Amino acid sequence: MAKAAAKTNAAAASVERRPALAGRTLSAPSVKVEMLPPAERISLRAPEASLAALSKALGVTLPVKPKTSATKDGRTALWLGPDEWLIIDEAGNDPLADCAKVSALHSAVGISHRNVGISVAGPAAAVTVNSGCPQDLSLDAFPVGAASRTILGKAEIVLLRTAEDAFRVECWRSFSDYVFTLLSEAAGDAAN
Amino acid sequence: MSAAFRIPGAGRLKQAKTASFSFDDKSYTGIEGDTLASALLANGVHLVGRSFKYHRPRGFLSAGAEEPNALVQIVRDDARKTPNVRATVQELYDGLTANSQNRWPSLAFDIGAVNDIASPLFSAGFYYKTFMWPKSAWKNLYEPKIRAAAGLGVSPEKPDPDHYAARYAHCEVLVLGGGAAGIAAALAAAETGVRVILADEQAEFGGSLRFESGARIDGENGYAWAQAAIARLKAMDNVRVLSRTTAFGYYAQNFVGLVERVSDHLKSPGRELARERLWQVRANRVVIATGAIERHMVFANNDRPGVMLASAARTYLNHYGVAVGKNVGVYTANDSAYAAAIDLKKAGVNIAAIVDLRDNPAGPVIDEARALGIEINFGRAVVSAGGKLRVSSMTVQPKNGGGERTIPVDAILMSAGWTPSVHLFSQSRGKVAFNDETRRFVPGTYAQDCVSVGACNGTDGLAASVDEAYAAGAKAAKDAGGQAGKGAKPKVDAGESWSRGMLGAGPGAGPGTTVKAFVDFQNDVTAKDIRQAVHEGMHSIEHVKRFTTNGMATDQGKTSNMHGLAIAAEELGKPIPQVGLTTFRAPYTPVTFGSIVGHARGALFDPTRRTATHGWAASQGAVFEDVGHWKRAWYFPKAGEDMHKAVDRECVTVRKVGGLFDASTLGKIEVVGPDAAKFMELLYTNPWEKLETGRCRYGIMLREDGFIYDDGVVGRLAPDRFHVTTTTGGAPRVMHHMEDYLQTEFPHLNVWLTSITEQWAVIAVQGPKSRDIIAPLVEGIDMSDEAMPHMSVREGKICGVPTRLFRMSFTGERGFEVNVPADYGEAVWEALWAEGQKHGATAYGTESMHVLRAEKGYIIVGQDTDGTVTPNDAGLDWAVGKKKTDFVGIRGLTRSDLVAKGRKQLVGLKTKDPKVVLEEGAQIVADPKQPIPMKMIGHVTSSYWSENCGRSIALALVAGGRDRMGETLYVPMPNGTIEVEVTGMVFVDEKGERLNG
Amino acid sequence: MLLIRCPYCDEERPELEFRNAGEAHIARSTNIAGESDDDFEKFFFIRANPKGVIYERWRHIHGCARFFNAVRDTVTDKFVMTYKAGEPKPAKLPGAAK
Repeated sequence: MAKAAAKTNAAAASVERRPALAGRTLSAPSVKVEMLPPAERISLRAPEASLAALSKALGVTLPVKPKTSATKDGRTALWLGPDEWLIIDEAGNDPLADCAKVSALHSAVGISHRNVGISVAGPAAAVTVNSGCPQDLSLDAFPVGAASRTILGKAEIVLLRTAEDAFRVECWRSFSDYVFTLLSEAAGDAAN
Repeated sequence: MSAAFRIPGAGRLKQAKTASFSFDDKSYTGIEGDTLASALLANGVHLVGRSFKYHRPRGFLSAGAEEPNALVQIVRDDARKTPNVRATVQELYDGLTANSQNRWPSLAFDIGAVNDIASPLFSAGFYYKTFMWPKSAWKNLYEPKIRAAAGLGVSPEKPDPDHYAARYAHCEVLVLGGGAAGIAAALAAAETGVRVILADEQAEFGGSLRFESGARIDGENGYAWAQAAIARLKAMDNVRVLSRTTAFGYYAQNFVGLVERVSDHLKSPGRELARERLWQVRANRVVIATGAIERHMVFANNDRPGVMLASAARTYLNHYGVAVGKNVGVYTANDSAYAAAIDLKKAGVNIAAIVDLRDNPAGPVIDEARALGIEINFGRAVVSAGGKLRVSSMTVQPKNGGGERTIPVDAILMSAGWTPSVHLFSQSRGKVAFNDETRRFVPGTYAQDCVSVGACNGTDGLAASVDEAYAAGAKAAKDAGGQAGKGAKPKVDAGESWSRGMLGAGPGAGPGTTVKAFVDFQNDVTAKDIRQAVHEGMHSIEHVKRFTTNGMATDQGKTSNMHGLAIAAEELGKPIPQVGLTTFRAPYTPVTFGSIVGHARGALFDPTRRTATHGWAASQGAVFEDVGHWKRAWYFPKAGEDMHKAVDRECVTVRKVGGLFDASTLGKIEVVGPDAAKFMELLYTNPWEKLETGRCRYGIMLREDGFIYDDGVVGRLAPDRFHVTTTTGGAPRVMHHMEDYLQTEFPHLNVWLTSITEQWAVIAVQGPKSRDIIAPLVEGIDMSDEAMPHMSVREGKICGVPTRLFRMSFTGERGFEVNVPADYGEAVWEALWAEGQKHGATAYGTESMHVLRAEKGYIIVGQDTDGTVTPNDAGLDWAVGKKKTDFVGIRGLTRSDLVAKGRKQLVGLKTKDPKVVLEEGAQIVADPKQPIPMKMIGHVTSSYWSENCGRSIALALVAGGRDRMGETLYVPMPNGTIEVEVTGMVFVDEKGERLNG
Repeated sequence: MLLIRCPYCDEERPELEFRNAGEAHIARSTNIAGESDDDFEKFFFIRANPKGVIYERWRHIHGCARFFNAVRDTVTDKFVMTYKAGEPKPAKLPGAAK
């Protein structure tokens, strides 16, 4: 049955993108928590021998030191593990396509929609994140550019310090409500 | 000022700032800065509570956190009724409402006080001995009655409206205790530039400087020095100063729990303020400066209101400007009570007499007391306190016996000496050591990077404490990486030094006496109780403690432990260290549940995960069910439909037309790398090497023991790329399991795993019209049966966005699962829904999904399997690659028990009465007439009403099930036994023709 | 909460980021299908559970996600040392950690 429908049809018009918690913000006296716009992301896995080729293709040198990141032209590579990087592109370019050109051994998987980004910025940003994150977030231990997968309350996050008083918190899409709400409550307390 | 016991000019509170409050419905006036205790005392109120067991009238013993007696209920409103608040800690605010506890009908006349008269009945071990028989009475009679009579205060019946905050914090040096020693340590550490946190449980820093009137440091009054030092510390960027903050627990690797009371002292705290804030501090070094706690004297009726610690009376006078009486007696075994007598005398309070147990003590305080004209009696004891609701006299006797003399008093100050507060040191797993000379336990062997300083270290004297603390603070900072400090050590110009004291019962309360000489006020344990425990065979202090409950109340024996130990040791004829000290455990003082819970309540109790289409489903009136952290649409009732009607309609519509189902929660893992197929071969029972790109296979994953761990459909996107699906609940553990093998057993494989569960929203479109619904929206994919047969996967576009389109079915109908990037999920769903509407398709939820798959005998791992089911048991032997030489579980499958006959096998069940729906979990027997307990041969794993079949259907695990086809078995239920017939597992379309229908 | 040194992150990190994964140095046979009942029993069921030094696997699951090995004292609950997965059991343990 339904043989008529078996043929390929032209696609209908594009549908709209509805990011999780789009536009949500919370302002407390000394910290602001806000959802960041969508970004292109890949999870990149590769052995050491492939790093040069991948760095070249991505236009950013993949960091090899734990808890660090590298940023160039709106593209940030976060060291998550000894063979694992999270690439976030905020300039609208596709890192997946860039990696596809690389023949050296690697795995690049698109996760643009898996993660959401939340900005926590202001003098009390570190205190806010520390409401649920057990890591030492002093500038000595977690300087600007430091990046780490870690815990926030009962959710896993990736934490990137973008400035002395600003963090990017990445979590999986369905955890965004929890993470945003926890950061919001913490932001309210961090001001006191 | 109407408060009769407030002494003009005394204390540090600003008299102009008054606060009115009520206690037991009577109004009083206090001063801002008062505690509830000092405010009540200023008004001459000593009687504030009834004791736990004997309901004896009780007053204030102390002026601090060690308070065992003065526990009150603070009531802010219906939902904020906090029981067991220590009045000595609760700060006064205007409008505070407090009530006494454990009394009925009133504090002054309490019927429960009959327990006091009947106290011989309630001796040590009373509960253990009395409520033994008959056994059944414990549960039905004794326990409820005892529970009703026990407990102090009333719990609010409404949810706690306050919120509680939590923070992790890190520092190089954490200083616990903000007395002179703690401040000195913090100063020394802070000057090196390292991060310092200084915490003190009081509202004001200073510790004993609050009462030590003669202390002078750096040329100032001690208390003023402390405030100035705190101001300096607060101004430093590297220092965090926390008042009203109690270190309640000392855990591994210098991880210390602190609770900050943020707003309990405020009249009307704003909503933005948390009530309490939990600090979880990781410190490189910890300096413990928790001071010492004064001990009471153990004599008859030493619990009468008005009998209190000498240092408490001194605090009330010197800090709060309150005299605890007008005619005060003093009973002591050490010097510190003299200082209290001297301060009170100088403030105009009559000191009736000092009774000193020591024979011939000498020293400047004694000389000063004598010079002030105070009567001093050496070698004598107070053997009894008179009065009931308030002490009225003290009876004095030479300590070795002789004529009694009764002296009228309205308060008795007592001091048996000081006990170093080694609680936190002990919690840190440090071992205390007994000093025979000073007869006290002091820190001995350290287990962590911490140091004790000052009185808690057994260091006597303000000057010695400050010196020791300053050096320790500097060393801690240096050890933690600090630079050399530039500051100067505080110079103590004048300070007190306390000499020893006594442990155990005083004269008149010794062996052979039956008086009520309290050791533990909060649990009503007397000296006699401790001796009795020893007589009855409790020879370890741990047993004595549990038998008598000495030290087991919420004050954890801060004032009682040493006395109890000394009495037990004396009775056992052993030295104290041989009897041993009970272990100190967290929390140091009671901690609210709220502060432990912190932010984790309500929506933040646990993450609630929602799929991309959640909003659409909610707008359609979907009812949701919890599946792990996920909210999943359970069913979509139309007006007037209950769950059964909705599910019946959904199930019928899917098979007749089609349905849309949100399968986004299924776990998804992308397996990428040249060795991807090799890895899949090892992790799943099935063969994968030969699976063509673009095709799918149902995979089974086992644990090494051979039992089913997970299952799911796997699509091969490229020779080196698989799209693996897992069960919803199994997603995280399957990923962990796969990573475990990849990293530790098969690290030679070039393959990587990435969770893509949340990258893709998954819309299952199932039913005969499924292709008609999808096709108009798809671009670049030939969906004909020839080009895209059942169990295949294609990449292309739908609605202009990328899709991984699977042709697969969990309903037995022609079916597809449309994967789209999650942010597009809802919009693509809406587009598909619009197409579906043209055909009369339905949205269906997890309940219909369950019914539809059960109609086809498709299992759900975790429902039809329970961790003891093999592929063969589940009828899935076909999915095990027979030619494979290795996969996880291959050896487990050959274990003798796993290949034995008679294993439980998954079969279908049909009830003889088609209308009867079995209960899932119900047990199955072969012979319903056998005697109880019956031999159970299996259980129902899935059971539903199937509208499509017009009858109930069920799956069950039954011993030897596949050899029982057609047999009648029985399901005994409370309302009668249900007859069932064993059948195959497929109830609809046994030939599977509808997959292409 | 313990601090655990992750040998991949080369840093002590809070216990919340880790998950214990059972006893270490129990290798899966490359010919597991041909293993005797006794050998399979030892491999799959039997664990040392000592009082004292234990070799165990941990995973920095909420960090770098790597499995690694740790030597821990079950009496004091202190970690003696940690090392990367695949590295041999240390022949000699460093002096008791602080």
